[in-house]
Amino acid sequence: MIRYLYANELKTAPLLKETMFLDRADQFKIRLGWDVKLEDNGYERDEYDSHNPLYVIYQKADGTHGGSMRLLPSTGRTMVNEHFSEILGGGDVRNPFIWECTRFCLARNTEPRTAAALMLAGGEVMENFGVKHFVGVFDARMVRIYRMIGASPEVLGSTGDGREKISVGLWSFTDEARMRVAQKAGISAALSKLWFERAFGSDAPKVSEFA
Amino acid sequence: MDVDRSLAELERASGREDLQTAIVKLCEAYKIDHMVYHWVNSQGDQYGCGTYSPGWVERYLEKEYLRIDPVILGCYQRFHPVDWKRLDWSSKAARGFRAEALEYGVGNQGFSIPMRGPNGQYALFTASHHCSDEDWQTFKNKHRRQLILLAHFFNQKALEFEPDRVPEALKTLSPRETDAMTFLAMGFNRAKAADTMEISEHTLRVYIESARFKLGAINTTHAVARAMSHGLIVV
Repeated sequence: MIRYLYANELKTAPLLKETMFLDRADQFKIRLGWDVKLEDNGYERDEYDSHNPLYVIYQKADGTHGGSMRLLPSTGRTMVNEHFSEILGGGDVRNPFIWECTRFCLARNTEPRTAAALMLAGGEVMENFGVKHFVGVFDARMVRIYRMIGASPEVLGSTGDGREKISVGLWSFTDEARMRVAQKAGISAALSKLWFERAFGSDAPKVSEFA
Repeated sequence: MDVDRSLAELERASGREDLQTAIVKLCEAYKIDHMVYHWVNSQGDQYGCGTYSPGWVERYLEKEYLRIDPVILGCYQRFHPVDWKRLDWSSKAARGFRAEALEYGVGNQGFSIPMRGPNGQYALFTASHHCSDEDWQTFKNKHRRQLILLAHFFNQKALEFEPDRVPEALKTLSPRETDAMTFLAMGFNRAKAADTMEISEHTLRVYIESARFKLGAINTTHAVARAMSHGLIVV
């Protein structure tokens, strides 16, 4: 299932938290060879994890982490603005309708639908919170994965070449793209909505209990 | 009273008292019961403006409702906008609080937008009203994005009025944003501007939107005018 947890809520799901930060170490440090620091416990965690981001996490049936991404509003402090401004030609992205999405991570041997499920969850966030775009940093090797799940970003700028190429991209989500992703994920709109409302409650009109 | 005119007023605000005037007018323009803006910075300084009755504000402070208010609990340290229906009102304290809020005319419907600014600044903007769930849904569907934008305009203004704020990073446009605004100011349409900049119209839209937000402008024409008057673009 998809979980939506702010950093200060991760303590309610210790196994999920632990496996997420370990899987991130595995992906970013070991597989992609990024220059990221690991903590003593083996977690890959950076300063933006301390700004209480919202994590969107695919949780496997055994309770462990299958994949995740990290969301922050672009009006606050973000990685793109503080570390990748060069790529944007010296500018920054600051807009209430754009959230930053970073640390897109897939666990080794996770279920095949994980990436698409995360994208679908990204669509829930956009629709329910009035977000129009996600901006994020990604590695050349992710391009294929994004294409496969039908959610390729628009590239705002890049640096480096070949496998070393790092880009800042912008995701939008048309209804059409959303349908495509939902199909790939094999998750019905109703189920996706249920997971979202489990985390954030429902705002559907109800028989007015407060009237 | 129309929304654009009230927004223009907000934009001209040159002090905190102007924010109070602006929020009262905006609330009237949207024809809802209340609008409230409240912020706290990393030093714990607070500032607010809004239309709640003085009686309710006094009561709220006196009873320290900050500690049980589900809106505060649900928004603190978060950044997603939230309809009050999504919050947890199940505890006895919360139910009591709600009953009292209703008595003071806060309204049975609410939409709150938490915001994060630079340096640990935190703010909350709320629109509340008294109506059926269906009517509220209609109102939100129509105005949600505008309210989010409005919330951030209030926040930007409040930041501008901070006595020891860091000098204006707010009104610098990135090179691409400057290009985009310049071409629009020169009368290029979007397709031509995008073509000249060798980017898609979609990306151009993002640069324009971003510039618009930084300039605190309500629409693109307005943003171009502001960019010119601030000397950020030369045509």
